[in-house]
Amino acid sequence: MGTHIRWLIVIILITMFAIWVSLPNTILTNVPATCYENPVTIPTQGIHLDFNGDCVQEVAVNVQQALGLDLVGGLRVVLRADAPGGSYTAQDLRETANNVGRRVNALGVSEPAIQVLGNERILVELPGVTDAQTAIDTIRQTALLEFVNFRGLNFQQIQQLEGQRILTTARPTVTQSPDGTAAAVSPLTGQPFETVMTGAMLQAAAAVLEQTQWVIQFELKPEAADIFGPYTGANIGQPMAIVLDGVVLSAPTIQAQLTTGGIITGDFDEETSRTLALQLRSGALPIPLVVETREQVGATLGQESVNLSLRAGVIGIIVVLTFMLVYYRVPGIAADLALLVFIVLNLAVFKLIPVTLTLPAIIGFLISIGTAVDGNILIFERIKEELRAGRKVEEALPAGFDRAWQSIRDSNLSTIIICAILFFFGQTPGASIVAGFAVTLALGLIINLFTAVVVTRTFLNILVALLRQPVTERKWLLGLQGAKHV
Amino acid sequence: MFSLVQKRRWYFIISACVIIPGILVMLYSLVTTGSLLRLSIDFEGGAIYDLTFTAAGATEANIRDVFVRFGSDNPLIQQLGDPAQNRWSVRGTFVDEDTTAQIEDALDAIAPIDREASRIEAVSATVGQEATQAALFAVLAATVVVTGFIVLAFRSVPNAVRYGICAIIAMLHDVLVVAGIMSLAGLLFGWEVDALFLSAVLTVVGFSIQDTIVMFDRIRENIPKHLGEPYEAIVNRSVLETIHRSLATQLNAFFIMIAILLFGGESIRQFIAMLFIGLLTGTYSSIFIAVPLLVAWEKGELPFTQPPQKAKTTPSTAAAEG
Repeated sequence: MGTHIRWLIVIILITMFAIWVSLPNTILTNVPATCYENPVTIPTQGIHLDFNGDCVQEVAVNVQQALGLDLVGGLRVVLRADAPGGSYTAQDLRETANNVGRRVNALGVSEPAIQVLGNERILVELPGVTDAQTAIDTIRQTALLEFVNFRGLNFQQIQQLEGQRILTTARPTVTQSPDGTAAAVSPLTGQPFETVMTGAMLQAAAAVLEQTQWVIQFELKPEAADIFGPYTGANIGQPMAIVLDGVVLSAPTIQAQLTTGGIITGDFDEETSRTLALQLRSGALPIPLVVETREQVGATLGQESVNLSLRAGVIGIIVVLTFMLVYYRVPGIAADLALLVFIVLNLAVFKLIPVTLTLPAIIGFLISIGTAVDGNILIFERIKEELRAGRKVEEALPAGFDRAWQSIRDSNLSTIIICAILFFFGQTPGASIVAGFAVTLALGLIINLFTAVVVTRTFLNILVALLRQPVTERKWLLGLQGAKHV
Repeated sequence: MFSLVQKRRWYFIISACVIIPGILVMLYSLVTTGSLLRLSIDFEGGAIYDLTFTAAGATEANIRDVFVRFGSDNPLIQQLGDPAQNRWSVRGTFVDEDTTAQIEDALDAIAPIDREASRIEAVSATVGQEATQAALFAVLAATVVVTGFIVLAFRSVPNAVRYGICAIIAMLHDVLVVAGIMSLAGLLFGWEVDALFLSAVLTVVGFSIQDTIVMFDRIRENIPKHLGEPYEAIVNRSVLETIHRSLATQLNAFFIMIAILLFGGESIRQFIAMLFIGLLTGTYSSIFIAVPLLVAWEKGELPFTQPPQKAKTTPSTAAAEG
């Protein structure tokens, strides 16, 4: 019994936390208002904790339910190709749109809509984006990374070029230089520098802390080995520049032949290295883009259809709760309580992850409530079988849970595996719906494993302990109808 | 004891009666429209209309009416910017220039439209080909991995591979049933496959596998318990023992779906209808396809499991290999 009481306390605590999180405008903060430079930026919700009083938040979780474009609308940005028509193909534009999609996903915006518009525009819709400027900047950055031949330059020349804008064979002209200074050409030839390879040849890139210095570790695509391998092999001891958007980041000396990957060093801190790695991963945009229009768009579904679905959901849940109660009696009470815990935990997790709620996601969640009782049904049917076989109540309960566990585990695990695969493939641009769906379904199943087994067992054991006499005398309280033989 | 698996031929015939017409409808649809299912603008792309009205009066409902009248069954309508600007964005199917002009005239009748500021453009699919392919590939990969998982989970049972394969066949059965019915609904009622449909199919796949594994689990448990009994009897007993649970679970899912169908909004009826069919066939296929297939396999009734010379004479006693 002691174990059950302990579990009951744990469950009550988790549930209370979940209820608190799922309430609107949850806020928990001990950061004094003086820590915020601008009073407007003081958060009105979320968990913001600063334990040592240095105004740096050790815990900062934004507890806000993210809603999809269909429910709340969002920011609509129309991007136009900044290149003369005919200089790119429809395929290039599609590829650019895909890269924009990758970047938007990297921003953490879930369920964006990205479409090619006509033959020179890309339409991007971001649900619930508050910081429009950052979003647009990230989308637009072209991030052309080049590995540039600096062979023969001496230390002084390299030092002068670091941080400078240069011309290269991949980017022989610069349309605009922000500070107005002319871009440098090679002091040896008077011509633009030779580009050995561009960032398009990168397979993966990640920001890594090496001792005290942030660097970018990269892997090359297999086809790049034929270019990069021979070049680096022939130029060991020579400098090679790493150039981003025409600016020399650093010009390290080639230490060894590189065929599979390497590291980029430069004057990075954590943030700049992560940003650059992200840009390298998400790829350079094949076509430069300009923002044509940006505006707020309304929801595609009226508030009414959301309200209708919610009302329908509540009615459905009440029917399920009633069914479980009528069909399984005392165990039904335990299952109903567990189902309510399941709902509250799910709502809290949606806010904490955060999961973008669209109407389909809400419907999917409602259906998952219907199937969440499956675990309980498996257990209760087992308990009935054990009772029919003549076991005592105190034997039948643990036996029911024990026997049902195997099938609950295997059946849920198979679906969780499917979710993992769907999530993996959902990383393709445009397939974020699939990934979002997989996450929601998998979370529901995992929470369900907990509520259907642990929570139900705790509640049921405590109920049976409280109602010991009536339950042992009247088996119908455990859902048994007469001595039916199966 | 009532023998459920004995009538297995009938179950296979019933399924064939649903699936074969479904495949024929899909092929017909492929020949006449160029795709197996009627695709929505989510998959196909279409036209986007940026509309500016010079006076108030346009609402989501009356704009929708206009587009539906001219053949865009499911237009996506959004208000742009400030409501006072009377600007709307509509995504519909692609139509020719004449129809576009007619749509503009009909909209003009609702509220005067500023033709200069309005714009119509072709728009690509939100769920691109890449994404559709990724989803299909994901389902295939999931099929392989789940088969592997079932074989592993059932390794204590003789012929574990069969359980994996039968579960997957039952799952494919469900996907085919749903796709066939959706294709038919596309031809008859103009139902379109959108991103929602993709979610419905994925839900059905998960549910189907889960249901089948619960049945198989009981067989796995009953085999060592009833060693003397023939396989068919053990399987039959297992189905009857779990059928209560199958029905109860199904019933609860239906409670929610019926509530949404009756009380929910218009926009998700098709989605729910497909889920309804999918979950129904998911339960059916566990009891009437996956499990009978196991028995048929065990008895060597499946074409590729029986020795050819015994095919005609003693199908019921021919033992499967392995």
